[in-house]
Amino acid sequence: MKNDPGYYDYWPYHQRPKITWPKGAKVAFWVAPNIEFYELNPPTNPHRKAWPGPYPSIGGYGIRDYGNRVGHMRQMQLLEKYGIRGSISLSTALCDHHPEIIDLCKERDWEFFSHGIYNTRYTYGMSAAQERDMIRDSIESIYKHTGQKCAGYLAPALSHSDDTIDLFAEVSSELFGDDAGFYTCDLFHDDQPTPIHTRSGKKFVSVPYSLEMNDTIAYVVNKVEPRQYGKMLKANFDRLYQEGAENGTIMCIPTHNYQVSCPHRMKAFEEALEYITGHSDVWVTTGREIASHFIAQHYDTVLADITAKQEGMK
Amino acid sequence: MSLDKSYLQYPHRHYGMDHKLYDWSMLTDRPAVAWPDGKKLALWINLNIDFFPLNQRSNPVAVPGGMKMPYPDLRHYSLRDYGNRIGIYRLFKVLDQFGIKPTIAINGAMVQRAPYLMDLIKDRGDEVIGHGWQMDMLHHGDVNIEEERQWITDSLSVLRERFDQPVTGWLSPSRLQSVNTPQLLKEQGVSFMCDWVNDDMPYQFTTSAGEITALPLSNELEDFFILNNNLHSEDSYAQQIIDAGDYLLNEATEQDGRILALNIHPWMLGQPHRIASLEQVLRHICGMSSIWNATASDILACWTLQQQ
Repeated sequence: MKNDPGYYDYWPYHQRPKITWPKGAKVAFWVAPNIEFYELNPPTNPHRKAWPGPYPSIGGYGIRDYGNRVGHMRQMQLLEKYGIRGSISLSTALCDHHPEIIDLCKERDWEFFSHGIYNTRYTYGMSAAQERDMIRDSIESIYKHTGQKCAGYLAPALSHSDDTIDLFAEVSSELFGDDAGFYTCDLFHDDQPTPIHTRSGKKFVSVPYSLEMNDTIAYVVNKVEPRQYGKMLKANFDRLYQEGAENGTIMCIPTHNYQVSCPHRMKAFEEALEYITGHSDVWVTTGREIASHFIAQHYDTVLADITAKQEGMK
Repeated sequence: MSLDKSYLQYPHRHYGMDHKLYDWSMLTDRPAVAWPDGKKLALWINLNIDFFPLNQRSNPVAVPGGMKMPYPDLRHYSLRDYGNRIGIYRLFKVLDQFGIKPTIAINGAMVQRAPYLMDLIKDRGDEVIGHGWQMDMLHHGDVNIEEERQWITDSLSVLRERFDQPVTGWLSPSRLQSVNTPQLLKEQGVSFMCDWVNDDMPYQFTTSAGEITALPLSNELEDFFILNNNLHSEDSYAQQIIDAGDYLLNEATEQDGRILALNIHPWMLGQPHRIASLEQVLRHICGMSSIWNATASDILACWTLQQQ
């Protein structure tokens, strides 16, 4: 085990080169619905239990199924109302289980990125070869069912190994060259995209995908009241919009159809979306578009700045 | 280091669910359901009459809302008992003021323990549904099938006899089920169960004894979940239910019939500092047009007729 994952270098939020977004936007805003499939009876992982208590865990399984049966349509229609294309963090087995949902998202030109096969299959304990197979399977599934060359990764249930990001970068290049596998959502160290070191040496970035704004973290872990969650989203936006006037920022709302799409939470979510998209200088976009824009326009400049700042303030 | 190769095999990776309990379907793909008299939103208030024994076993799982301290945990025992002595009567008073007819889930053990309350419920004519024998007999996955069958028989027969009702509905203690629960319920004349929370409308559930209907009773909107599990304020409880009611009524108006199902514990919402939140909710909901106050069986019957 390492004391630092080594994916990125220290880069102070101070006198950074200016990041610009299309049409002079201050904030790049994206919504990342996690569309997940949890198994009722997954095989046991020695490092993490999928469900509490004896089989069957119908409460936890049931509410996640609710997300697909009931919640998906609600969130999709709401995002559509505010001109937002979702960037889907996808349990790729869902392509097989619930192709109706995949088709609905394809029709709306939403982005699909990999979130593993099932959210009940953890990376913990896998050999590098197993993890490579799992990641490859997920990228191939997305291509087969949607025609998209998967650009991003969020490890299933945020379960990682020391190889996760390297394997994703490598496998996607083997399959599709530079058209795939160039951003990760697994790191929470910044409000702007940052270059990530991978073994492949390819241009690969971290796109901010906020853990703090994640509805499951807010509602389940931090037990935030729904209207308070709405206020948090607006406050998060306000500050990033303000700072974005000087240097482009990113706001992400990671969502789950079994959380944000429940009837007692939709109002707070809608108010926040209406507020955010009601501002003029917001680039409403997707994870892939942010990563591509950054790599094309800013990657080299930023890397040079990071390198220059390694020795301290000059 | 590696995992067993079965960890990367996916035997249920195919269309539909990863089990045979019910079919996959999105709510918006189903035929529209209409409530009586053109009403849009059914309001189902479900009260729980619980017995939490002092000598709780907690085997193998902790009892949600149960004893937490070393024996004898008088604080939790008596605070739960408060619901059956004070809270329930306070709730009845409020519901009566709003003309709301509740459905009542009763632990079988309460029939003997509170005869006065049982008489009152019988006189009121409220619908009663099965709720297991007591809160420390959880229908979890490791319960022996014969033992569970007996629990269900005991729970249903005492209610059927006492209330002279068919008692065709069921809510498991803490909503837990074993793999056998749906089948055992069906065998004993139960036509709907309220444990599963994967939908906002009823749907058919498959058992080896035939089909049983899952009638969703929201856990997310339950008083215990919001106030105790999430530790949200009373004001937030009211706000959440009102927001949910508004949302569901709007969805019902644009699509088809929906249900606002509120599961309430007299030991939780029946407290003097919380009851006003329920009044606030009912003032709002009862002030909306197109509300159909129904019991669980009313909803089931109306829905079933439209499934031909």
